[in-house]
Parts: sequence; C-alpha cells; structure tokens
Amino acid sequence: MTATEASLPSARAGARRLPWWQAEVVERVAETPRTATLVLHVPDWPGHRAGQHVDVRLTADDGYQAQRSYSIASPPEALPLALTVERLEDGEVSPWLAGEARPGDRFELRGPIGGYFAWSVADGGPLLLVGGGSGVVPLMAMLRHRAASGEAGRAVPARVLLSSRSVADIIYREELERLGSVLGGPGIVHTITRERPPPGWHGYARRIDAPMLADAGFSPAAAPRVFVCGPTPMVEAAAEVLVRLGHAPGRVKTERFGPTGGG
Amino acid sequence: MITTRGFTGRPRAREDRERVPPGQYLIEDFPVLSAGPTPRTSLDRWTLALQDGGSLLGKWTWEEFQALPQTEVTVDIHCVTKWSKLGTVWEGVTIDDLLEAAGLDEPPAPYLMAHCDGGYTTNVPVEDLLGGKGLVATRFDGEPLAPEHGAPARLLVPHLYFWKSAKWVRRLRFMEQDEPGFWESLGYHIYGDPWREQRYDGD
Repeated sequence: MTATEASLPSARAGARRLPWWQAEVVERVAETPRTATLVLHVPDWPGHRAGQHVDVRLTADDGYQAQRSYSIASPPEALPLALTVERLEDGEVSPWLAGEARPGDRFELRGPIGGYFAWSVADGGPLLLVGGGSGVVPLMAMLRHRAASGEAGRAVPARVLLSSRSVADIIYREELERLGSVLGGPGIVHTITRERPPPGWHGYARRIDAPMLADAGFSPAAAPRVFVCGPTPMVEAAAEVLVRLGHAPGRVKTERFGPTGGG
Repeated sequence: MITTRGFTGRPRAREDRERVPPGQYLIEDFPVLSAGPTPRTSLDRWTLALQDGGSLLGKWTWEEFQALPQTEVTVDIHCVTKWSKLGTVWEGVTIDDLLEAAGLDEPPAPYLMAHCDGGYTTNVPVEDLLGGKGLVATRFDGEPLAPEHGAPARLLVPHLYFWKSAKWVRRLRFMEQDEPGFWESLGYHIYGDPWREQRYDGD
C-alpha cells in the first residue's frame, strides 16, 4: 500500500474493486448496416444508471486480451443488459462484437463505469439529448429509462436531436418513432449529413448548427440538463453552440468518442 | 479467465508489449475526452496561480509564463479509455521550475490539486510532479495546444493515466491531505498508475 492509498478519505476506504463479470451473448440484433445490439446475460450484474458504460474484455486462445469501452443501451429497470456497438472497419474488438458474436459466446465485462454522463428521472429536467451516430446509445438508455418511469418520466419534458449519416444509419429509428408518438413522449428531431434527404423527409439535412439547436432544443431560460454524445467534431461543435446560445457550461455534459483507429 | 470464441486480436509486437501498459492499445491519432464544453480563455486574461492551501505563492500572466525556462519532453501517454500514444512531444514549464520561479526551495505540501477552466479538478501527489516528471505544457508536437486539447495550458503527468494531465489548467493548489478531484470522486482511481492498471476505485 502506498502513502497515497493510506491517506484516502474515509469515504473511499471501503472502495471495493469493480469485478469482471462474465457475460453470455443471448442475442445479436442488427440495428443498421454498421451497428448491432448485443443482448447479454450477466448473472451478477449490480445495476446501473442510464448513460453509464462498461469495459469489455475479449480473450484470445493464446491469452491475448483486448479491452474497449461501450455504452449501455438498456435502461436500469430492464434486464437483460444490452450494448449497441458500431463496427469500426479497422477495429480490434468492435468487429467481433457487432459482427461475429452469437448466442452462447462468452466474454468479460466490467462496470458500470462513469457517474457524470448519467441521468435519472429523479434528477429532473427538462432533458435535452444531442447525439451523433452511435452517440445515441447512452441517450437511448436515458429515453428508455424515462419511458419506463411512467408518470414521473412523462413529467420531465424531453427533446432529442440526432445526427446520422443517412436515414439507413439512424440507430433505433422505429423505437424512437414509437417513443415520440405517445402522449408525453420526447420530441425527436433527426438530421442527416451525408445523403440527400429522401422524399417525405421531415428532418434536417445538414450538420448540427445554432438554428437547429435553438429550434430543436429548449431555451436556456428553461435551464435544461443537456447531454451531448458523438464523434469529437460533432460534440465540440454542438457544445460550443449550446454555450453560445446561453446554456450554462456546467449544464452541458459531453461524451466524445473516436475516431481512435481502435474500437 | 474465459476465452472468447472466434476472437484473435491484432498481431502484437514485442516492443509494443514493453511500452504499452496492460489493457491498453496503440493509436496514431489523438482522441479528445472532456466532460463538458471546451472552455475558451483569451491569453490576455489567462493567468496561472500557484497556491498553498488558500495563500498565493506565485502568479504568472501568459507573457510571464512564456519567459520561464521552457522544457521539451518526449513521452508515451496512456488514457484510461484504453488508448496509448507513443513518443508524443510536449513543451512547457516543469513544476520544478515553477517552484523555483515562486522562490521555493521545496514544495510546501505533499499533494496537489489542479484547478481548471470549466471546473475540472484532479489530484496528484507532489512527488509525481518533481524531478522533471510534471509539466505545465503549452505546446504539443511543436504547435500551441489546440483548444480541445487544453489550450492554452495543461498539466502533463505522462506516467499516470491521462485524466491527471488536466486540460485548461489555471491553478495549482498544494494540499496537506490528498483529496479526490473530479473523476477521482466519480469512481476513478485516486492515483492512476497505468502499469498497475489503476483505472477505477479499488484497482
């Protein structure tokens, strides 16, 4: 034990190591051409908050291991645990998870991790969720949690702005439509960035910008809790615009990913 | 340990194994991880303060900071989100030189909290910052830091996980007792040694 550890405040002294849980694949569901949801049986899962993530560890026959982080897609109130993974072409772990895994396969995961980019109905709102690509995954856990919370969930106004490459790349498209169409459901606005909008398209067709956020979001006076998740350039741009529109930087929580050439 | 059917992983080079801590993988680009919007402080309003508890030990404007001895280091960096980047080149002022510039022969307390624009904090034992191990860096790869990488200045403590290398640093505060900073209060390890894979509380 080092001097550092010996002088921990007492609240931390009881900290227990986060264990590696064994996960068994129940089902792999294709979401879009590049993403899949893994439904997992994790017998000892301790529960999580919407927005948290897990570390996944795969082990090859020769003992080689690779770890990566993935957001949890399932809400706290529903088992089994689900992760939605985007397959990166030059990735080491994501091609296995999103393309190779099949029922009965086993690997390890550790979590839940991250208590900052997390939301519960009890935290209140309004709730503004801004996602790019597979950045929708932790936001979807929040929306599912809100939908599973009945009256208390509906009492929190929620709006969602999602940026995807094309209509076919919109993850959870039908479920989002269903969530948005019920009374008290979240307002959901899509934008696509790499394809000409198809006939009948009701969303935007450009990168997220100030007019879009002003239109699809809440006024800064409503002091929404804002969660932004996606690729770094999209998150940088959206967060910068939100602050410029007058949202308090402390109310804007971000999670950036890739491109890391890894996943 | 369970093995995963059908997973082989990437080819591994021996030299990588010696330089890449357990659970990490190598990348070539430079990902950005921040908990909130990127703060933007203009250089004419920027200062760096050195504090012992509540009392001020030294304070430098951007111009004054540039006039301090500048040190270049080439180091490997390791992010708790699993990526490592080898041979990164940084330039800035060592904590040793900052202490000297403040007229101090030795640090006033054994722990330090870095305070940043945007409210981020992280704690580091002072011995991990001395002897050239810690820097307040203003340049990466020969260029001024990019805003999303911590401009104008970030702490650099490359032998610990990279969340300790706090971006947008403005204030270094010495403490008698160790206290958890931002991520350290949210389940991440109080010290964060990548070679002992101290990612989370209790590791």
